[in-house]
Amino acid sequence: MSPPVTSSVSPSAPGPMPGPISHHLPEAILAAYAGGSLGYAFELVVAAHVSLCDECRARLGAHEAAGGAVLEEVGAAALSPDLRSRLLGALADEAPSHAAPQAPRRDGPFPAPVVAALGGRAPRWRSLTGGAKQCILEDEAAGSVRLLSIPPGAAMPEHGHGGLELTLVLQGAYRDAGGRYGAGDVAVEEDDDGHQPVAEPGETCICLAAADAPLRFRGIGPRLAQRFFRI
Amino acid sequence: MTDDRAGVPPLAEQTLQMLAVRDRRDRAAFGKLFDHYAPRLKAMAMRGGASAALAEDIVQDVMLTIWRKADQYDPARAPVSAWIFRIARNRQIDIARRNRRPEPELLVSAAEADAPDEGSAGDMLALAEESEALRAALRALSPEQRAVIESAYLGDLTHREIHAETGLPLGTIKSRIRLALERLRHELKDLRP
Repeated sequence: MSPPVTSSVSPSAPGPMPGPISHHLPEAILAAYAGGSLGYAFELVVAAHVSLCDECRARLGAHEAAGGAVLEEVGAAALSPDLRSRLLGALADEAPSHAAPQAPRRDGPFPAPVVAALGGRAPRWRSLTGGAKQCILEDEAAGSVRLLSIPPGAAMPEHGHGGLELTLVLQGAYRDAGGRYGAGDVAVEEDDDGHQPVAEPGETCICLAAADAPLRFRGIGPRLAQRFFRI
Repeated sequence: MTDDRAGVPPLAEQTLQMLAVRDRRDRAAFGKLFDHYAPRLKAMAMRGGASAALAEDIVQDVMLTIWRKADQYDPARAPVSAWIFRIARNRQIDIARRNRRPEPELLVSAAEADAPDEGSAGDMLALAEESEALRAALRALSPEQRAVIESAYLGDLTHREIHAETGLPLGTIKSRIRLALERLRHELKDLRP
């Protein structure tokens, strides 16, 4: 098989906005993000996907409108008598507007929330098996989130997971039993589906993957690898 | 604010106050926003587990953030209550947690936002109308349903406990925001050839 044309010379190479997105965030995830119960790892995937997907930005906006309605109807708690004057006094000390610190900006395949999670630095990749690499952004008992880099045509080692896993494609594309996932698409895997993503030929596939339970590989070898590589 | 509820729905008082804060740095309007939202924000923070004292710190923080970020407010994309709800949620999480809450990219800079055209004025009115309908729908729910909705949006339910069917008409408001986003994308394309 001849090597595929690299995307950098393709005349139809897209800009920073990916093509049409066909895999979106579930409603309950958007509602939980709006409500604030989601946890950092999934929040990062939601913020990154919404940065790329106006459909989910609008759906999140609808949930926030519902949150706004709840705020209007939640009732009123009595305030300390001096709170109002203290606050209006604080406004007098405010510098003129537009003095807000510079928000992080999108950088290559990484949406701004991912750039912020990386602390504005390039990812520090660690090698996994089969040429794949990862960069752990957070690994806590409550959830973990990492960047994954899979060479064209390579497979991620088969793995299961005890809970929910959200995988957002940032560059390239991969296929698994659930279908094809291109840039901007988010895959939702529940409870030990045992999926095995394979990167498509072409660009290196870069994903942002979050789980609410530690990922683990199947089989004894990968299990050792898991201990070694913290995946 | 005139009482002309029979005709075209007027913009909510709070929306007009928010626009006065955004466009004219109007302190009196900000004081009115405080009078309306501060007691609600305190109630929201206390529902989230904050003590009365911490809740007031959060209220102060949220209100100052509203003042500072007023130039990011776009009434065609969010009812003022939704925008303030989002700020409150973000600030509450940032205060409670080591990690800053990841937030989506902003679509538009301050300089680009302050030239609304007639189209976005229409979007703004349509969204205000939908927002009012949403509030009415919340009030019309049974006490049990309403308690579930409140729990979900006040952060008491996990994503596993939230059911897709909320009983609220979110489809229409989503479509309105989607249209406003399309219009904005179009304008941004004109601005950045």
